[in-house]
Amino acid sequence: MPNVLQLREAVCLLGRFPALAGLDLDLDAGGVTLLSGPNGAGKTTLLRLLAGLVPLHSGTGSVLGFNLNTDRVSHRRRLALVGHDTFCYDDLTVRENLIFSAKASGHKAAMGESAMERLGLSHVAGVLHSKLSAGQRRRLALAAAFGRDPELLLLDEPHAGLDTEGREILDEILRETDAAGRTVIIASHELERTRSLANREFSIRGGRAYSVDQT
Amino acid sequence: MSAFSEIKLIAGKDLRIEMRSRILLSQVLPFGAIVVLLFAFALDPDRGILARVAPGLFWITVLLAALLAIGRAFSIEQQHGARDGLRLAALDGSSVFIGKAIAIAAQLAILEAVLGLTVVVLYGVEVHGVVVLLATAAAATIGLAAAGTLYGVLAAGLRARETLLPLLLLPVLAPVMLGATRAFEDGLEGVPGDAWPWIALLTVFALLYTGVGMLAFGPLWEDT
Repeated sequence: MPNVLQLREAVCLLGRFPALAGLDLDLDAGGVTLLSGPNGAGKTTLLRLLAGLVPLHSGTGSVLGFNLNTDRVSHRRRLALVGHDTFCYDDLTVRENLIFSAKASGHKAAMGESAMERLGLSHVAGVLHSKLSAGQRRRLALAAAFGRDPELLLLDEPHAGLDTEGREILDEILRETDAAGRTVIIASHELERTRSLANREFSIRGGRAYSVDQT
Repeated sequence: MSAFSEIKLIAGKDLRIEMRSRILLSQVLPFGAIVVLLFAFALDPDRGILARVAPGLFWITVLLAALLAIGRAFSIEQQHGARDGLRLAALDGSSVFIGKAIAIAAQLAILEAVLGLTVVVLYGVEVHGVVVLLATAAAATIGLAAAGTLYGVLAAGLRARETLLPLLLLPVLAPVMLGATRAFEDGLEGVPGDAWPWIALLTVFALLYTGVGMLAFGPLWEDT
């Protein structure tokens, strides 16, 4: 199975602070990986590094076959990241945000519509982002990510803020994504729930690899 | 996706947000109108002075109001990590630059039309060369939008962006201020034919900043 990502002695600085301090990581394509670790361990920075949003300061890295040292843009259309923010616009409706996100990543508007229905957001399709509840915003962020049809899905605390129904929908989509052979990395503190979805676990502390388990 | 589709997507998104939020209508236009009105109060004793200095006052007002529109164009990208979302889409930097510049230019065009009419009525200005005025406004608007978009993204990543944007941008826009004011003087109460060298200067400025913006915007968008 080909590597979907590989990091060697990866160092990523936030200002002068090394959020990642010499991280080694290899991940085969496919499967759901739980990324665990305490607050400040570097989980969010690792996901942002893999998404190409922050540069690699030293070490080497590749994601989806693209070398992060020389090109941290080209692979972005093949992945999706759900972070702490929604990446959406307050003055656009749910539908407009999802259609914009799908089109911007090179897909048809129907992909955004479909993701909206799947995440149970159809009844708020015409509601502005600024008027949504925290849970609805979370669903919107997830819908925007799934609407990109990504090969690699990077999720940072995806269950946070979701109600029971939202969590079940998300878990179902993640199982389907796994079955379709896509790669999912989930940074989470909800270990029990995420372990039930994951088939690998990778733990980091202080910006370094702590343990890697196949489950 | 073609470059044209990317530009259309970005410009359409920015204009839709602007129409929805009505910042231009409720804040930028009233701000410009108040400045024009304040100039009229300050120079009221002699309406002749107002007519003579109207081109300069008009373009100063446009520049000040443009700062609001440019700041707004990038503040919408800072909310909820929208800029990261756009970066993840991996659109071409020059397409994002042109799309945002078009949206800013469209807002400036509306602003200039409303302020222009206000100045003509309030300051008692006579219009001699409509073509010269339109050509001047078009070239100056493109230059303002291009330079504003470039410096807007430069300031967007800085902590004190609201105060730094005018400091960075206004000195750069001095040639636009000079050329547009001189061309408007000729188009309003002078000899319209004398305005063309100034319009040529404005056109060179617009082309220069459009070219530089297309090259530099991408790296600035990624790294600031």
